[in-house]
Amino acid sequence: MISKFQIASKNLLRKKSRTFLTLAGIMLSSWVLVSLLGFNRGYETALNRDIDNMGYQIMVMAKGCPYEAATMMLQGGAGLRYIEQSVMDSIAKKPEVDQVTPILMQAFFDPNKGDGGGIAGYYGVDVATYPGMKPFLRFHQGGWFHEATAAEAVMGYEAAELEQRQVGDMILVPEKNVQLKVVGILERSGTQDDGTIFVPLKTLQKISGIDKITTIGIKVKKDADITKLEAALYQLPDLQVVSFSQVKQTIMKLITTARIMVLSIAIIALLIAMVGVVNTILMSVLERKQEIGILKTMGAMPWDIFCLVWTETLLLCACGGTAGIGLAFVFARLSDILVRRILPYAPGGNLVAIDMRLSLLTLAIIVTVGLASGIYPAWKAGRVRPLESIRSDV
Amino acid sequence: MTVQDGASLEAQDLTRVYRRGSEEIRALDGVSLQIKHGEFVAFMGPSGSGKTTLVNLLGCLDNPSSGKLTLAGRNIFGNGKPLGERQLTRIRREIFGYIFQNFYLIPTLTVRENVALPLAFYRKPGVEGEVERLLGMLGMAHRMNHLPAQISGGEMQRVAIARALVNRPEILLADEPTGNLDTKRSGEIGEVLQDLNQNAGLTIIMVTHNPGLGRLAGRLIEMRDGRAYENQ
Repeated sequence: MISKFQIASKNLLRKKSRTFLTLAGIMLSSWVLVSLLGFNRGYETALNRDIDNMGYQIMVMAKGCPYEAATMMLQGGAGLRYIEQSVMDSIAKKPEVDQVTPILMQAFFDPNKGDGGGIAGYYGVDVATYPGMKPFLRFHQGGWFHEATAAEAVMGYEAAELEQRQVGDMILVPEKNVQLKVVGILERSGTQDDGTIFVPLKTLQKISGIDKITTIGIKVKKDADITKLEAALYQLPDLQVVSFSQVKQTIMKLITTARIMVLSIAIIALLIAMVGVVNTILMSVLERKQEIGILKTMGAMPWDIFCLVWTETLLLCACGGTAGIGLAFVFARLSDILVRRILPYAPGGNLVAIDMRLSLLTLAIIVTVGLASGIYPAWKAGRVRPLESIRSDV
Repeated sequence: MTVQDGASLEAQDLTRVYRRGSEEIRALDGVSLQIKHGEFVAFMGPSGSGKTTLVNLLGCLDNPSSGKLTLAGRNIFGNGKPLGERQLTRIRREIFGYIFQNFYLIPTLTVRENVALPLAFYRKPGVEGEVERLLGMLGMAHRMNHLPAQISGGEMQRVAIARALVNRPEILLADEPTGNLDTKRSGEIGEVLQDLNQNAGLTIIMVTHNPGLGRLAGRLIEMRDGRAYENQ
């Protein structure tokens, strides 16, 4: 015997190219929609993870542009001005503070980097306190610095890979003609640490001839009032405070406009696909008007015909939606690369996070919108009167 | 509802008037007749004589403008109040099977699936195995898994007949069943219909232009200008 579902699915095979084009439209909409929803979630998760992996919740630096400073900090650039180390000692005494660590960021021009030279950035960290801020530091090779003044370097995974370095290799600090021995290579963390070259703070201060620091990283005690500490830090002269919740908000604000625009495009794409569905199903109903009339002479009620046509819509949307989600899974990496190119700041890790729950949510959206689109053609089909369809044949 | 009590379908003064703008077209003009269970009745007449309009009313595909239709003693169209599509469908699926000049087989379904199509919407008790039985009876068993495009016109009409009979209707309505067939195939379909009437006791109401086919019916009614004339 044959079911209504089989009748509906075989009906879709009548005009294969039309069905295929409609499916392609739904598939593309589904792909865009699931990728964007995945991006919305993935970006925020990646940003949170990046910030959590910093190990400290607040940064203090000399006054300047906070956006630039935050971006430089995240991307390993140089600070704008310098801070006396004594400032760090006074901050460390505050009751909310668990730990502080001094950081000096320096950049030197390397004529051998790329075509026509480039900037080589170094991150001077305190050998004793920095690992305490980053308990999750894992080494791919080697280990941490042997002493606070050692001429040594620890490289991030990608920095080492890019320069083809291994533990024991010597690297040359450009401009200064100082050699550093690579003592450790970090495991890939998916954060900015991957591209960073760490040097003991005192060593970098000696190389650069600067006995100050650019940044103070502050780890706040568990359950301490972070807002109260921020307010106290704002009172310090010539310093600016960047809390990572602010950084996160600022970055999220920067991408919100782009996100709204892209989401609007996705909604428009979805609506266009649904207009395609209405068109396909309506055309199919009009072409089969006589046949629908004959089905009614056989005993099909208006609701039966409505369900039959609605099932066709459901099949189109479910198949197109599933194929689109499949494509989104397959090309998630490509979406990731494209998104990274257009964003002002992209955190490490996967920017487009698509999982089963999100896939099902997208499929539910596509099917719901599709079924809503199918109501009119299905209602029209249900209203076909057998006599009129037979007459139109005469 | 059943008409196997002997009698029947009875029309009294059935009239159908259509309006085209301000013009009134009287397609059927007070037709009265009675068709008994097991009869094979053919309606013949020129185009526009009202034969299809009458068969549409007898088959509950349309409401009359006035008059009465009684099926197994039940007044179908009430007191001149038109029946809704749902009510007409309920009557149709219980009592009637239809075949038309154009076979209306679904091209993407096989012969077997086309015949089983009405069962997707309504299934009378005890029709299990009816698809295979009918296709065997109509000589189409070997074509069960073919698509309509792979069979001839005569075979398509046989499939349409099987589809009309799958829910065991009491009356088969055939509107120009051989209109699209050549003489040989028309003769074959005529024989099938005659066989169904004589051996299965099926009541058949047929509209045809084909005198040869008309002669196969036990009763011939001529339609002219919306009226029915019967040679006794």
